[in-house]
Amino acid sequence: MGDLLWIFVSAAVVNNFTLALFLGLCPFMGVSGRVATALRMGLANIFVLTITSLCAWALNTYVLEHAPYLRLISFIVVIASLVQITEMAIKKLSPALFDALGIFLPLITTNCAILGLAIFQTNRGYGLFEGLAFALGAGAGLTLALVLMASIRESSELADVPDMARGTSLVLIIAGSLSLAFMGFAGLLSST
Amino acid sequence: MNLPRLIVSASPHLGGPVSTPTIMWNVVGSLLPIVAASVWFFGPSALAVLAAATAGALVPERLFGRRGAPGDGSAVITGLLLGLTLPPGLPLWMAFLGGAFGIVFGKLVFGGLGQNVFNPALLGRAFLQAAFPVALTTWPVPGQDAAALLSTNLTAPLMSVDLADTITSATPLGLMKFEGTLTDVPALLFGTTGGCLGETSALLILICGGYLALRRFLDWRIPVSIFATVAVLATALHLVDGERYPGALFMLFSGGLVLGAMYMATDMVTSPSTRRGAWIFGAGIGVLVVVIRLWGGLAEGVMYAILLMNALVPFIDRITRPRVFGTVPTVPAEARP
Repeated sequence: MGDLLWIFVSAAVVNNFTLALFLGLCPFMGVSGRVATALRMGLANIFVLTITSLCAWALNTYVLEHAPYLRLISFIVVIASLVQITEMAIKKLSPALFDALGIFLPLITTNCAILGLAIFQTNRGYGLFEGLAFALGAGAGLTLALVLMASIRESSELADVPDMARGTSLVLIIAGSLSLAFMGFAGLLSST
Repeated sequence: MNLPRLIVSASPHLGGPVSTPTIMWNVVGSLLPIVAASVWFFGPSALAVLAAATAGALVPERLFGRRGAPGDGSAVITGLLLGLTLPPGLPLWMAFLGGAFGIVFGKLVFGGLGQNVFNPALLGRAFLQAAFPVALTTWPVPGQDAAALLSTNLTAPLMSVDLADTITSATPLGLMKFEGTLTDVPALLFGTTGGCLGETSALLILICGGYLALRRFLDWRIPVSIFATVAVLATALHLVDGERYPGALFMLFSGGLVLGAMYMATDMVTSPSTRRGAWIFGAGIGVLVVVIRLWGGLAEGVMYAILLMNALVPFIDRITRPRVFGTVPTVPAEARP
């Protein structure tokens, strides 16, 4: 239990996918303009990461035992198609949920954070529950980073930013500052 | 016909006697005793590091800032506060770089004073900590040979630092964390311990910050809430496992907590604008400080705790937004009488 908690905290803050490992930067830059959108993007991320973790675990355990060289391609294909199928199912079964997550789901299936999660999980030899804790932690961390970034961007919307720093460059500078701040979590819980 | 002259101008029409430069220069003035104490403890190299950090903050502010921007005193505060968080033997070019980084990336890119998200001094400090981790965690002992410290100060840019003649020691927090020994509280209060320039004498910083709080140039809720949170958490943990966790007094007066709580967390720009927000902000810093100090990989977490809560300030402001005057809060239908 403590192990699972450690995996969760580590993935959420200490090795935050966006701010410490610099994965998933495209949604972080692109969809962080508004807090409401960022939150939905984060939730969609948690959803896809969880599916990814399940897929990677199932593929590693049952399919790829004797063909590890097919790992990368099968991760990509299986995860992307499963997310697509899920998206269609959600569209049919729960229009409200589809409205909240729908458009973001296909956008993030080919994100580096998703593939990164599958590869990390494989390399560290996580089992089913460890993988799920890892995926939930990574998703929570991504959501945290997205919402923080969005609230900062909303608050500095009216700031008198010099021309050369407008737009993406300001976002990158804020991201760097956030990343510096998150360095404070380095080594958290590692001694216990 | 003699009509009265009408002057048309935009509001506000009444000005108070307290302006931004008044507040800023008052803060600078209240920092001077702390600066004097650091010079007393560490000799002329303290003054050199503080001057280099302040120069680093002032140069870009003058070059790229608004016209007359250095005159409002805010860059001087940034430089002095950054200098106070640095070890006394630090090469001067690093101190200068830290000040310049803090002002450029912490403040100028956001459009100058009043619009930054992160405290510029702490951002400069965090940058230096990430770029030069060894130089930033080498803590000379107070009251040693001034010439040895000065020679490390004058290391040329990008050259390695020669520490042969310097007597260094771990900070009280480092001793607690890595060797399990506690420093006496009186030594922490009066400042006869190893550490950075401004984290030595807790008592003096409390007095200087208290002056600002009395003049209402800082929000007393923030330091009070930080101290209370740290005290409560430290006491609770100490009662659970007295061997492993130090008591509240040690946690309060060691490291940069007093300086951070009094001077850095209370930066008007980067702290919440509502009273409720100030309490939440302080409590968050307190919790993060305790978590990073006791369970983190670093000995000191005040800087990171404040930066992390700075990032949360827009969010805190959003959830503590007060009711607009004259409107009625919307109550769900089933809750109405």
